[in-house]
Amino acid sequence: METLVELRGIVKKFPGVLANDRVDFELRRGEVHALLGENGAGKTTLMNILYGLYRPDEGEIYIRGRRVELRSPRDAISLGIGMVHQNFKLVESHTVLENIILGLRENGLRIDFESHRRRITELAERYGWRIDPMARIWQLSAGEKQQVELLKILYRGAEILILDEPTSVLTVQETRRLFEALRRMAAEGKGVIFITHKLNEVMEVSDRVTVMRKGKVIITKDTRETTKMELANYMIGRQVIFGRREASSKPGAVVLKILDLKVLGDRGYPAVNGVSLEVRSGEILGVAGVSGNGQVELAEAIAGLRKPMAGRILLNGVDATGMDAGKMIELGVAYIPPEGNKLGIVPEFRIVDNLFLKAYRYPPYSNKILLNWRRMLGKARELIEEFGVVTPSVFSKAKSLSGGNIQRLILARELSGIVGGAPRLIVAAYPTKGLDVGATEFVHDLLMRYKEMGSGIIFISEDLEELLLLSDRIAVMSGGRIRGVLAREEADAEKIGLLMSEAAIQAG
Amino acid sequence: MTVQVGTVYLLASLGEIYAERSGILNLGLEGIMVMGAAISFIFTLAYGHLAAILASIIVGILMSLILAVMAIYMRLNQTVTGLALTMFGLGLSGFLASPEIRRIILLALNPSLPERLLAIQEAPKLPEIPVPGLSEIPVIGCFFRQNVLVYISYMAAPLMWFILFKTKPGLSLRSVGENPAAADAMGINVFKLRCAATMISGGFAGLAGAYLFLGFQPFWQEGLTAGKGFIALSLVILSTWNPLKAILGAYLFGGVEVIQYRLQLFGLGALSPYLLAMLPYLIAIAALIAVSIESVRKRIGVPASLGIPYSREE
Repeated sequence: METLVELRGIVKKFPGVLANDRVDFELRRGEVHALLGENGAGKTTLMNILYGLYRPDEGEIYIRGRRVELRSPRDAISLGIGMVHQNFKLVESHTVLENIILGLRENGLRIDFESHRRRITELAERYGWRIDPMARIWQLSAGEKQQVELLKILYRGAEILILDEPTSVLTVQETRRLFEALRRMAAEGKGVIFITHKLNEVMEVSDRVTVMRKGKVIITKDTRETTKMELANYMIGRQVIFGRREASSKPGAVVLKILDLKVLGDRGYPAVNGVSLEVRSGEILGVAGVSGNGQVELAEAIAGLRKPMAGRILLNGVDATGMDAGKMIELGVAYIPPEGNKLGIVPEFRIVDNLFLKAYRYPPYSNKILLNWRRMLGKARELIEEFGVVTPSVFSKAKSLSGGNIQRLILARELSGIVGGAPRLIVAAYPTKGLDVGATEFVHDLLMRYKEMGSGIIFISEDLEELLLLSDRIAVMSGGRIRGVLAREEADAEKIGLLMSEAAIQAG
Repeated sequence: MTVQVGTVYLLASLGEIYAERSGILNLGLEGIMVMGAAISFIFTLAYGHLAAILASIIVGILMSLILAVMAIYMRLNQTVTGLALTMFGLGLSGFLASPEIRRIILLALNPSLPERLLAIQEAPKLPEIPVPGLSEIPVIGCFFRQNVLVYISYMAAPLMWFILFKTKPGLSLRSVGENPAAADAMGINVFKLRCAATMISGGFAGLAGAYLFLGFQPFWQEGLTAGKGFIALSLVILSTWNPLKAILGAYLFGGVEVIQYRLQLFGLGALSPYLLAMLPYLIAIAALIAVSIESVRKRIGVPASLGIPYSREE
């Protein structure tokens, strides 16, 4: 079979990191080729090189057997390479059509809207997609936005398709539809590169798989001739245990009770629209759902960062509705925000400052006026030891830490409580998003440990696998409502996905 | 009269719409306009109207290049650089047009100028050219008894609307201002396009300054723009970044200003002329407050990346 892409000895250095270390990679016509690895393994860097966004320090790129120089995405596009980025690169306020024809090289200055509209509709139908070219992007679901991204590159006649973690925003059903479309594209003779760190997806959709670790290619194999376990070992470099964690503790008293809560989102519409929930001490309540369905607003309301417009929040029986974040902290609420590197730290502050963003106001770390630095430094050193924050010193700036270490720092601050003792309620919003397997395991262990210590935990995640792994009960959220709460015994991916999409159908 | 004042705002805001649609807030408008006025003053005396208009456009473009380099390539704060440019323009124009310096420049440009022209504070106004036929029509006839720059503004507005919304360069420009990363990924050169849009805003601002001086009040005084650049900036918002709506907005502001002149003329003693003179600025502030409201922002479609520098690594 014809080779579409060949990368030979690619080296790419970033300050302090060797992102790609003499990488070889090959894509054939008609195959879906999975590129598997943990975060920071260098997959995206490699693909950004193939798409002309980065230039390699060493190495050669061959497209259809011809050696090429890729100076910019423009070069890549003209060679028939297209990339769907992890974060959609769409102009939200423009129409589907405008997004698709953006930057198209064609004769004439005027845009022939009518003929583009017809051709886009035809192309979409070929893959079983129904999309209105005149709809605006912000009106579309995540799955549809992704179809627009794919149409964008297919419309340019691309036959080398790169998809960077394409399923991270999709429901189970949307993922299945995407995979069908990818198989069809491969059958038409295109080559698809599929970047992922999810083993299930590799097994499900790919013909071949290349595993990367720490900037190097470990192995390339036919998917049929390998197993999940084997791939995991290549990816991590050691044995991993899959399986559900059992805790000995039993749920206790109700820590958090939410009654018919309504919360406004940033756009001025109710993002949480009548949610009632209960969390007991020693219990993990998972919240499943595609992100952007009110989960973050719910978490922020509980943490006191967003005022509810209606409903009540009871903490240990005390009415805490509308209290600010400071009060919530004093009532024992710990909040692990989504996107920790943005919302969870002050990047320019030192690690010790970040560790005491909450506790500095309370004794023994300060009296009425003065901060007690000696005590804070001592405690900070203890905390970075206990939570395994890898840093040269507590005086380093927080922004110098890697994503995993930033999350450890946030966990250390939040879970250590203001004056010691476990928090009564932990609200964890996407605490493992973007983390590699090692750091994810650490977060999971920690949540289990605090559960056994008696904290009530709300665990918001998009990853069904980890929800099923940790939760005692799983609440499925969509459109700002809880569509059902499943006990761990009865929950599975299929049921959860169904609850999400049924709700979507009801909502019209 | 309304049209005459409004044209100052229209020309300045047309260019600014392009800059802001590309994501660049050119707060240097006022400074570029006043430079355009000063340059048109000097060049009219030296070489006549046509040279003056061209020179003020070129100077406008050059000044906007300062902003382009600082805001686009060096990624500095656009508010600060824009305001600095305004201060710079106000100062430099005053310096260049001050009697002694002006005399030196005029002699350098055209040594054969008579002594009388070296010292005067005014220049010949642009002639009005009535359009045969159209200018005879009652009421709307006044639209067709104007100078050439007004006619240019009539044609520029719809043309710039068409380019912005119906052509590929226009789509690219709007995309760059909404989501530069998306445009970059589709092979559009974000930096070049933003630079071009900023230069367009500079050229139009220079032209607006030339018009203000030559077409409206051809007597030089320092800082003669008197905040008109900032009114044009708020007009851009009021017009929701749409060149066609800018026509209406420009004449609205022009009309308010004319009413203020008239009221003063009729000696409405009860109202202080200072209060009346504040009127256009008050409307401008009201427009700015209105768009600062989050929900309004979403509805009128502020370019999402306005004021945010772009770099590929982030």
